Amino acid sequence: MLLLRTILARLATTAVTLFGVAVIVFVVIRVVPGNPIAMMLPPNATAADIDRLRALYGFDKSIPQQFLIWGWGVLHGDFGTSISLRQPVLGLVLGRLPATLELSVMALVMAVLLGGVAALTGTRKRGTRVEAGIDVANGVAMSVPDFLWGLLLIILFGVLVPVFQISGRVTPDLKLPFTTQFYLVESVLRLRFDLTADLLSHMFMPALALALPLAAIIGQLLKQSLKETMHLDYVTLTRTKGYGENHVILREALPNAILPTLTLIGVQFTFLIGGTVIVERLFSYEGLGNMAIDAVINRDLPLIQGIVIVFALLFTAVNLVVDMTYAALNPRLRHA
Amino acid sequence: MSGYLRIRNLSVALRDSGARLLRSVSLEVAAGEVRGLVGESGAGKSMIGKAVLGILPRSVEVVEGEIWLGDVDLLRLPPAERRKRVGANAALIPQDPLTALNPSRRIGGQVTDRLVDILGWKRAKAEARALELLAEVHIPDPARVMRSYPHELSGGMRQRILIASAFAAEPRLIIADEPTTALDVTVQKQILRLIAAMQARHGTTLLFVTHDLGVVSKVCQSLSVLYAGLMVEDTTVADFFRAPAHPYSAALLAATPKYTDPWASLMPVSEAVIDAVRAEVDAAETEWRDAR
Repeated sequence: MLLLRTILARLATTAVTLFGVAVIVFVVIRVVPGNPIAMMLPPNATAADIDRLRALYGFDKSIPQQFLIWGWGVLHGDFGTSISLRQPVLGLVLGRLPATLELSVMALVMAVLLGGVAALTGTRKRGTRVEAGIDVANGVAMSVPDFLWGLLLIILFGVLVPVFQISGRVTPDLKLPFTTQFYLVESVLRLRFDLTADLLSHMFMPALALALPLAAIIGQLLKQSLKETMHLDYVTLTRTKGYGENHVILREALPNAILPTLTLIGVQFTFLIGGTVIVERLFSYEGLGNMAIDAVINRDLPLIQGIVIVFALLFTAVNLVVDMTYAALNPRLRHA
Repeated sequence: MSGYLRIRNLSVALRDSGARLLRSVSLEVAAGEVRGLVGESGAGKSMIGKAVLGILPRSVEVVEGEIWLGDVDLLRLPPAERRKRVGANAALIPQDPLTALNPSRRIGGQVTDRLVDILGWKRAKAEARALELLAEVHIPDPARVMRSYPHELSGGMRQRILIASAFAAEPRLIIADEPTTALDVTVQKQILRLIAAMQARHGTTLLFVTHDLGVVSKVCQSLSVLYAGLMVEDTTVADFFRAPAHPYSAALLAATPKYTDPWASLMPVSEAVIDAVRAEVDAAETEWRDAR
């Protein structure tokens, strides 16, 4: 069972990675300036009040001691209590995670579609003005960062031609029949396409802002590897069999050319998830990233720790999925 | 006698500079005949095969001529029709078996795809045909090989598969483009014998591109000699080896090492011969320019 062994090995590395992430985050947020307790008390609080509150949250103990207490809790599913929101961190994070997952996956789908279409069209029309145009568009999309795309999109589709919603995840006064936080998925499953439309209208711009830089990278790399693949002997041999250009690109070249792109998508998707932090803020999208910024502003140490751990978990999960897909698509690895 | 493949005045040139790579080449291969196409590297011998099959690189184009396959001039067909016509009536045995099979597709699909997609056969019939052909090229356990990926097979096996695939649709014409150059010497002879035997059994017209006169003497009935895109000799194998008409052909023949005394027989083509043949090329070029 090669697959099982791979997964087990990966889980072991993941555990080590998470531990490292936890230690670094735990120490760093306690060492940098900024006092969570000071944020909670009125200016006229006495030194005794401050000490009492510090003890309540355990900040009077040494950092290693605090880490052990927190770590013990985490192993038992207790990520502590948010200082600013006064609720269990785990519940808060799990409540927001689906929103960010839906946004990231939507952005990824958009990036793959846009980049894929750009690469395929560029390959089909190679050597023409169409390809040159695609190269220019790729360059532009790549050199503008996601948050700047967000601002541009807000001006474009929010202000000049207001066709999409610019703020929030869903229109606030709508009655939501949902039992999970996966609104988009659930709206489709419940056949409430009116809600799906509303959710998509909110999601479109932040997702596109996140997708554009990634789409450009995918488009460029995939086009490059398609171009190289199109010169290979087996592609030429297929042409002599009577197949046209479309078949040659899609069935012969693409399955081989896509492999390097796939690895890249894995790496870049984690960057995209990182990008949600600012982009969600920009669009007031109620996801994990937006919550992370609030947590940092409020010096909400337990919440920051919880969010970082979840992001770290997400990244390793993405890498695992990419490796599995790679093995599934590449017969040379599968039989190795 | 009118051949199955008839090339008339074919010129192929670089798109940007207009420099000709094939200079008004005419060539005829009779149905069922095996014709060798020989020349040095860069003489344009592979280019002829590519022009026939419609797989010229994008940097070059056909600037004049006709390529008749049976009773149609391929160069006058619209692209889609031309592809179908070539796919149904001609096939290629490529040079390097290691790169000529798609690494991510199983062998079976790569042998049957033309039969199913281009010729419209039922899948079951195409698979039966593929099994039959794989057995014919002496592949052990064809059913297992059909399910294999290229990287699981040796170079010799892969070349056998490519030969089987070329013959699968019973094409009238097969172009073998240096089919043994990339193989081990020990395997070369087997593959050569196999191609000759398959050609004889199926009665296929075969255009054999090679730089090896030894190969020509074993499998071909006639041959054409190219130098710098110019056809310098077009003769039967018997006549060629008895008395080559062109000085370049004679020099080429003399340059072939003999197994009895390999060192003594290594004779480079003399400069006088090269100058003479270059002058011919230049004359052809001037004539062609003047005609335009």
